[in-house]
Amino acid sequence: MAPRIGSLLLVDTERIKRRGAFAVVEVRVMTYMKYLPALLSVAIANPFLYLLAVGVGVGKLINTHSGGVDGVKYLTFLAPALLATAAIQNAMDEVVFPTLEGFKWNKNFFAMNATPISAKQIVNGVLIAAMSRVLFSVTVYGAIVYLFGGFTTARGWLSIPTSLAAGASFGAFIMGIAAWAKNDDTFFMVVGRFVMMPLFLFSGTFYQLSTMPIYLRWIGWLSPLWHTTELGRFLTYGHHISAMMFVFHIGYLALMFTAGIIFSHRQFARRLAK
Amino acid sequence: MANQEILIEAKALVKRYGDFTAVNGIDFQVRKGESFGFLGPNGAGKSTTMRIIAATLTRTSGDISILGKDPEKFGPEIKAHLGVVPQTDNLDNALTVEENLYIYGRYFGLSKRFIKPKIEELLDFAQLVEKRDVKVEALSGGMKRRLTIARALVSEPEILMLDEPTTGLDPQARHILWDRLFRLKEQGVTLLITTHYMDEAEQLCDRLMVMDKGSIMAEDSPAGLIKNYSTKEVLEVRFGSDRNAVIAPQLKEMCDRIEVLPDRILMYADDGEALLHELGQKGLHPLTSLVRRSSLEDVFLRLTGRTLID
Ligand SMILES: Nc1ncnc2c1ncn2[C@@H]1O[C@H](COP(=O)(O)OP(=O)(O)OP(=O)(O)O)[C@@H](O)[C@H]1O
Ligand SMILES: [Mg+2]
Repeated sequence: MAPRIGSLLLVDTERIKRRGAFAVVEVRVMTYMKYLPALLSVAIANPFLYLLAVGVGVGKLINTHSGGVDGVKYLTFLAPALLATAAIQNAMDEVVFPTLEGFKWNKNFFAMNATPISAKQIVNGVLIAAMSRVLFSVTVYGAIVYLFGGFTTARGWLSIPTSLAAGASFGAFIMGIAAWAKNDDTFFMVVGRFVMMPLFLFSGTFYQLSTMPIYLRWIGWLSPLWHTTELGRFLTYGHHISAMMFVFHIGYLALMFTAGIIFSHRQFARRLAK
Repeated sequence: MANQEILIEAKALVKRYGDFTAVNGIDFQVRKGESFGFLGPNGAGKSTTMRIIAATLTRTSGDISILGKDPEKFGPEIKAHLGVVPQTDNLDNALTVEENLYIYGRYFGLSKRFIKPKIEELLDFAQLVEKRDVKVEALSGGMKRRLTIARALVSEPEILMLDEPTTGLDPQARHILWDRLFRLKEQGVTLLITTHYMDEAEQLCDRLMVMDKGSIMAEDSPAGLIKNYSTKEVLEVRFGSDRNAVIAPQLKEMCDRIEVLPDRILMYADDGEALLHELGQKGLHPLTSLVRRSSLEDVFLRLTGRTLID
């Protein structure tokens, strides 16, 4: 047995204050590695099936009947929305499950809480890890869109950063909700059915929000998916938006992200102190 | 020990959960290198007090300082030097035994170079070398407990806090733990222990605090408690479960104090044999009798009206 050094010399609290979140990232990545094959197959199969069905199938119908949407091929129009949807879905999985697990099923957040890692660092670490998984998934998604000919110019790849913004702002927010939810299981079934689904359907994903009746458009305005999709369409093929709307979209996403982080930090601190 | 610096100090410490007061204004001090035990029946407030010290639960009122710092302001600074074994294991079920030790070291910002040999040492201590690559969910209850204890040692903490550490451990594992705790104590580590086993309290603790319903009932060394709260010896007699209660009033007049338990009566006296002789002279012949020295169990019974393990 090596002679005792003691925590006074061993543990560098200042360093943990700066870098503690990365220990949380590390444990998340270790956990991902346990189901890497599943993770990889989902990342590839999901966009592939989607693009075959919607992008190519429906796209062909639309392209031949009306010569595309918004002046471009249907798949080009659709790509930023599909990537953003995948980002949101992925962020949700990688943020909600670890949170429910950490507080309830596994209680490993309580184990972390007994170490110098702070509640904020747990939030930040889980989110950073989730976003690296999102980055991986949307990059694969982008590559498959490219193979299907969805990116007519190199600007198409800009849908990757915009979809990351969707994942991050939604993820930051839903994480706090997951920490706040008391009755987790039913709660997330409700979120899945009545929040995610409408968000997906009414955010101008498959057609422009302006074609939607006005009394349904508010769903899109609230949804990070619509804001990112608009930005993505603007950046990837020059879909028209005003300068004011451009700023507004970015502002909305930034605000949602910041508010989400603050909300999550508070919820985590509150729940860990119980 | 008395001249060592004070590492933990609580003054008028209160914790309420809603209307319920779990810790009701307690004061105590723990000095460096001491091993300090909390004894008390279920619900006494031991774990609550431990969690406040561990900076994972906020107090309602009163003052507490750990390593000279307020846990509400300096949580991470305090936690950096604590090793915490909670009452219920909270291992990471998704990871293996070895990975659990590794990642816990990472939470303390330790380098991989330091953690690697440390894992070997701790696996050996926890007798989990063969289980190193097994997922935690596949361990037995006692193995999980051993891993939780080993995990708390990764960072070589100044203060080791063990909330009922040996519950669920077999005798061999208990003795390995005791041995390790003795060695840590020799190296100057401060120990905080809660337990329901009086032999453990007697063996491990320099000083004990007996709690009940959130308050401190007594505080002293194990020997001091026995001296102050019990007689030198105890005579245990059985008259059969239906007769015990009938005879009790008669016995009460013959000694300092008696305790009527469901299966036996405890009679407190400085000379147990003499008392037994006296019983015989009065024509009282118990079915079985036993004279023994007073133990912490007797102190506990006196102070809380309950047996230690309930
Ligand atoms: N989160 C909580 N919310 C409400 N009441 C609580 C909470 N935690 C503990 N209590 C109450 O506070 C009291 C003290 O609990 P605590 O866990 O500190 O007891 P303990 O002395 O550790 O008991 P045991 O020997 O059973 O472990 C109990 O009555 C318990 O019901
Ligand atoms: Mg307890």
